[in-house]
Amino acid sequence: MTKLIEADHVFRYFGAYCAVHDLSFSLAKGQVLGFLGVNGAGKTTTMQLLCGLLAPSSGHILINGYNVLTHPILAKQSLGYLPDTPPLYRDLTVSEFLRYCAQLHNIPTKQCHAAVHSALGRCSLGAVQHKLISQLSKGFQQRVGIAQAIIHNPDLIILDEPSVGLDPIQIQEIHTLIKELGQTHGVILSTHRLSEVQESCTDVQIIHDGKLILQKNSAELAAIMSTEKLCLRTRLALDPAALTANTDITHITVISTQHLEIHYHANANPTPKITEQLIAAGVDILELSPIKKSMEEMFIELIQENSK
Amino acid sequence: MKALIIAQHEFKSLFLSPLAWSLLGVLQFIFAYLFLTQIENFMRVQPQLAFIEHAPSLTDIIVPPLFGNAGIILLLLCPILTMSVICQERRTKTFALLLSAPLSSTDIIVGKYLGISFLLMVITSGISLMPLSLALGGSIDLGKLACNALALTLLVGAFAAVGVFCSTLAPHPVLAAILSFSFLLLLWIIDWSTAIKEQANEIINYLSLVRHFQNLQTGLIHSADLGYFLLFIASFLWLSIRCLDYQRLQK
Repeated sequence: MTKLIEADHVFRYFGAYCAVHDLSFSLAKGQVLGFLGVNGAGKTTTMQLLCGLLAPSSGHILINGYNVLTHPILAKQSLGYLPDTPPLYRDLTVSEFLRYCAQLHNIPTKQCHAAVHSALGRCSLGAVQHKLISQLSKGFQQRVGIAQAIIHNPDLIILDEPSVGLDPIQIQEIHTLIKELGQTHGVILSTHRLSEVQESCTDVQIIHDGKLILQKNSAELAAIMSTEKLCLRTRLALDPAALTANTDITHITVISTQHLEIHYHANANPTPKITEQLIAAGVDILELSPIKKSMEEMFIELIQENSK
Repeated sequence: MKALIIAQHEFKSLFLSPLAWSLLGVLQFIFAYLFLTQIENFMRVQPQLAFIEHAPSLTDIIVPPLFGNAGIILLLLCPILTMSVICQERRTKTFALLLSAPLSSTDIIVGKYLGISFLLMVITSGISLMPLSLALGGSIDLGKLACNALALTLLVGAFAAVGVFCSTLAPHPVLAAILSFSFLLLLWIIDWSTAIKEQANEIINYLSLVRHFQNLQTGLIHSADLGYFLLFIASFLWLSIRCLDYQRLQK
């Protein structure tokens, strides 16, 4: 099976400034790839390279097996793109605009109506379809932007910061939509919000100063985020000595008399044993949970490492 | 044909803003005034014409001056009409929609050009209708009128091609308008210098827009004049396409 995207040693220079440095990755159907990075890290440039808006200075990008530079029309046929500013003609109504997008993407005139209708439905735009785009709120405009990217049912959907400017409920709706799209399409989304990646992506890439500094799928990411620490809270004061018999535990930090932090060996989760011991000793447990590094911490760590 | 879809969209959106409507209204008013002045002229000289052998006809007195003046007025207005065609889309970031769609640069440029040309054709047919109305009461040389209409259509087609190119090139619509206006004006007046020097320079004469336009206006369709306009339009469209491709590589 051909990969939806194959990027091979892609560089992009703006004058002497290198915006994208040696980028290589691939994406298959069913993957939702989150592109993370601080402002100016090269996310948007990468998206523009993938969509053929910019040409790479060296290296090549294949979409569905077609080179974006040498066969742009075939490559773009299977591409839906939402840029960071949604490309909307403000003088048109929502359905007129989507109809135009459908025509641009080679949808036969007879099927245009059905395509527009289904895109309106998927992005819950039915109620505003006869309104002018200039009269819509920012959230609705963003959704029209997404509708425009999925109207021709492309194999690959590229969304550049899809949740910017939306309220929490709309963000939730967009995540649901992205997950749904991710089942049958390949999706790339760029963001600087880490929770967004945790919520809807199967794969994560972190880009900094134009270089990929992390490429993981969600399971690997969970492993990295594990700190091999447990948080234990009890109702009454607990003597940490009661747990030292457990050989998996390396040491215990006492935060307060009712709150302990338990460090353990990697690959040996002592949670079941601890629970057993404590229950046998008649201790009331309020909380026993793994402590995870937050995405934010990991992100900052990675960037600091790479800036050195 | 993707270019036609873009052209249709472009044409429609021109009418969604007040620009096209006001332009059509104002132009038609000005042309009507010019037309009436020409008729007045004809009425004044008509008694004398009766005594002249091979006197100029009604068509000769009314049509070429009307279309000539229309050419100059459209030279002023075309840059304003074309200035935002690519440039504005780039500024409002809607251009990404066209760039990420399965379209070639040729589709985009030709589509945009055709969209503008349709509106210009509406304007030229509005002008042609006025002399045509004289056929109700007098006799009019339809061939000559058709030649003038063709000449004006080709002329504004050339204006639009330059305008589209400048709009592709310039970062700001006003700059695009200034660029295309200066360039068109230069081509319009380029043969004035030869008149001063009293020595005809073939190349400069050939480049002049007005010379080819006036040749066609006389009713003589010379393939060199047709070729000039078609080549002119094609080369500016080609330049725009190259420019768009180049911007994708560099930017």
